[in-house]
Amino acid sequence: MSERETISERLRATGYIADETLETALQLSLDLGRPLLLEGEAGVGKTEIARALAEAIGTRLIRLQCYEGLDATTAIYEWNYQHQLLAIKAREREEISPADIEEHIFSEAFLLRRPLLEAITQDRSPVLLIDEIDRADEEFEAYLLEVLADYQITIPELGTIPATSKPHVVLTSNATRELSDALRRRCLYTYIDFPSPERELEIVLARQPGLEAELASQITRFIAALRREDLEKVPGIAETLDWAAALAGLDVKRLDGDLAQIQSTLVCLLKTEADQKAVTSEVTSRLAGQAA
Amino acid sequence: MQAAPVSARVVGFLDHLRLNEFTIGLSESEVALSLLAGAQMSNAETTRRRLKVLLTGRRDEWNRFDDLFEAYWHARGRERPATDTKRDTKHSWVSGGSLWRRHAGSDEAPANDANADGGDIEIEDGADGRLIASERTTRMRTDLREFADPREIAEAERMALQLARAMRYRISRRHRPARRGARLDMRRIIRASLARGGEPITLLHRRPPERPVRIVIFLDVSGSMKPYSRFFLQFVKGLVCTWVEADAYLLHTKLVRVTDAVRERDSVKAMSRLALMAEGFGGGTKLGGSLAQFNDQYAKQALNSRSVAVVVSDGYDTGTPEQLAHELSRLKRRARRLVWLNPLLGWSQYEPVTAAMTAAMPLIDHFAAANTLQSLAELEPHLARL
Repeated sequence: MSERETISERLRATGYIADETLETALQLSLDLGRPLLLEGEAGVGKTEIARALAEAIGTRLIRLQCYEGLDATTAIYEWNYQHQLLAIKAREREEISPADIEEHIFSEAFLLRRPLLEAITQDRSPVLLIDEIDRADEEFEAYLLEVLADYQITIPELGTIPATSKPHVVLTSNATRELSDALRRRCLYTYIDFPSPERELEIVLARQPGLEAELASQITRFIAALRREDLEKVPGIAETLDWAAALAGLDVKRLDGDLAQIQSTLVCLLKTEADQKAVTSEVTSRLAGQAA
Repeated sequence: MQAAPVSARVVGFLDHLRLNEFTIGLSESEVALSLLAGAQMSNAETTRRRLKVLLTGRRDEWNRFDDLFEAYWHARGRERPATDTKRDTKHSWVSGGSLWRRHAGSDEAPANDANADGGDIEIEDGADGRLIASERTTRMRTDLREFADPREIAEAERMALQLARAMRYRISRRHRPARRGARLDMRRIIRASLARGGEPITLLHRRPPERPVRIVIFLDVSGSMKPYSRFFLQFVKGLVCTWVEADAYLLHTKLVRVTDAVRERDSVKAMSRLALMAEGFGGGTKLGGSLAQFNDQYAKQALNSRSVAVVVSDGYDTGTPEQLAHELSRLKRRARRLVWLNPLLGWSQYEPVTAAMTAAMPLIDHFAAANTLQSLAELEPHLARL
């Protein structure tokens, strides 16, 4: 399938290294026009995928960050009330009929478009990233499902706005709560795990071409071992890249060299006090010894 | 084209998945068939991946899919141990019912007409001379062990459920209308200005909502807790629903996660599933060990900075107090508050002097009795306020 090769090659060109299952999922999502739900631990690169996808197919990325208490007003549209009140007051002296005023203030100029509305009114299909959908509540999920089914939004004062182009929808979830079955059935699903050391090596080398191959492979082996330790917050791929950049910047050649220096760079990886206390110099030297 | 046999096999595969508790609807069948019809069958690996992406919906389905695929298409199945809960509940309703009856200590079959007396509001002039109107308050204060009559039990269960539901509603997430607050509620201002000739004279505000709380409940199901368990389970059932996030676990010789069982709408089914899960717990309670299991397996996902851990136990523990203290402190690192409900506290002259309770006391934020419905109701401010 030449198109699939193009998707994976295009992704690689943006710097994102995906495994075959993810590539299949993305291709299927584009072919079938179904949203794609990505689940996985924090830091595995779910948000990055949407960015890479948008870049790969050459379109805009529209992002909706979900949180508790997110409602339709913030996600879809809102009327610019302050502006409307001003317009009403400003026109008070003039002889305009109420119907005209109403038509004026409920026009496109006073409509604040939020991500969902924006996503369906683009000329070219954008990538719509709905980030951390598990943080929003069930009511929002239900509304989202409606929008994803019909791709149209009803604004009482303006009528129904159909989509000018269907967006490619990517949802991410950290699995902190159970999503509704309806949403799961509507979407394609991929669980994303931390990459294997080999794939992480590819990622590091793709993002930091100047890094020495030997050091890079030591880094990825170290990280793989570190993830198996009992940590509160497991380091993600972004942390790996930060650390690689830090080590390169400090001109470190090998992980089993200056232990104190390496230990001080671990701030890039360990983000809680308990973790930093837990990974002592002994632990670091053990892991470095395994990785070297 | 050999469409007919292939489509039959595909439909069979989907049924095979459904039997293994996958959630697959009808539209998936159509799409799966069209996928296979259009794809080049030569690449089995790609087809497998496409079906995986299409048919799974959650992590455990994702993990199990490959084995099930192999089992069906390449007849390389493995025998699964017969713990198919969906099937077992049908059979165990009969036995589960009696298990539960034993557990609750009542010998009669549970009455289905719990609401038969609902319409009766006359004054009941019985030996105890209680008015029906105040019967509710009395029920609230009666020690739960003393409910013996199955109708009373059912009524108390209903009240526990209602209490929980009421709590749930109050812990709400949306911006609420408020008299004073940081933000102006433009929608209501404009509506109110209609009465003032279009002038926004009345200013109404919106307040950011109190952030919802995640409640994680650990229910001790050992022998001494028997009379109380079923009421707590109803209470938990009322909490563990859509709005407030809640999680429920049973503590005994080991830890069992029962959130799904408690979410079941059918009360009888839920009880029999729970009885089944609580079954086979011989021996004494291992509080520390069970909590250790929680901390290792579930804590990361179950607890966040706004969660309240509620332990319902009488504190009789066969493990070491040191282990209990250690596990409780691990729990507290992740959860904001630790609430311990001890039914024995409601008994007069009870002092928490067992070694386990003494070890746990410094770590507990709120220690309360839990032997009456009233005490359950009194939990609310502690759950809502963080």
